[in-house]
Amino acid sequence: MKHLLTLVLALLFSADLMASAEVVEFSDESLRARYQQLIQELRCPKCQNQSLADSNSPISQDLRAQVQQLLEEGMTDKEIKEYLKARYSEFILYRPEVNQNTWLLWAAPILFVICGLWVIYYLYFRRVTAASGHELAPHIEVAPPAQSTPELSPADQQRLQQLLKRNNQ
Amino acid sequence: MNRVALFIPLVLFAALSLVLLLGLDKDPQELPSALVGESFPAFVLPSLDDEQQMLSPDDFAGQVVLVNVWATWCFACRIEHPMLNQLADQGVAIVGLNYKDKRAEAKAWLYQRGNPYIMNIFDQQGTLGLDLGVYGAPETYLVDKNGVIRYRRVGVVDDRVWNDELKALYEQLMGAVQ
Repeated sequence: MKHLLTLVLALLFSADLMASAEVVEFSDESLRARYQQLIQELRCPKCQNQSLADSNSPISQDLRAQVQQLLEEGMTDKEIKEYLKARYSEFILYRPEVNQNTWLLWAAPILFVICGLWVIYYLYFRRVTAASGHELAPHIEVAPPAQSTPELSPADQQRLQQLLKRNNQ
Repeated sequence: MNRVALFIPLVLFAALSLVLLLGLDKDPQELPSALVGESFPAFVLPSLDDEQQMLSPDDFAGQVVLVNVWATWCFACRIEHPMLNQLADQGVAIVGLNYKDKRAEAKAWLYQRGNPYIMNIFDQQGTLGLDLGVYGAPETYLVDKNGVIRYRRVGVVDDRVWNDELKALYEQLMGAVQ
């Protein structure tokens, strides 16, 4: 079990360890943390689901170099993201901005939680009212009283007998 | 309420299926274009033919051009090249952007396959490519006479793309010049 856990952990973190093994030199070491953060949040435009940090494609190498250069030029993280967004569209941002196209994406978790709470409340509320006898729970159904055969007029009776007789022949 | 409620999962399933079905038609490789409607980015880069000669957007200002990003290492460019030759024969002005390539190999390529370009920008470092948001060759941009990018195609321009997507827009822009 312990070995399995170690293996799972190793697999989980292997991608991070492999990421950008290249040596990057900074004039100021404080830029390094921001660099790492940025290349993990920026998406490789050529790859479907890899960050700049994960990908070793030529375009990612170029963009990493560009991010490094822009950091050295003193641009803020936000400016760097804007810079790349202007060229590669929002696709490049792994954390999309909240706007007309993405509000539903951002709101979805909250909406799901609200729906879940509503379902829980609804089920619980129905149980409680059913137990207290105000209302029957929807799953407890009482069989309807047996209905007596409706009266038939003599003419109908006669027709019924005829039909039955014909059917038996 | 009870009977209707029974159908809620079915309706949700149908809705989800529909969304996923529509998603099948989308090409996940295609990025939304950030530069359509924007001015062609400024640049000063050497010409492929002559390293002394510097090119800038002024060199094709005032005309409707296709800007084609290509490279000798790009396999799909081989497939696209005859189409570009054909378009050049029809009088379409095509500016080449030789992207992260080797000068000698690029020149040999044009010598062997024909040169459909009115000029070739030699972007060895990929700086203009980065400003254009190029993420793979070939890419083709349609630039109007005001230097505004009107269309972008990532991938090969073939007969179908030209006739279905580009030709009408190109002719419309050409008409606006006259």
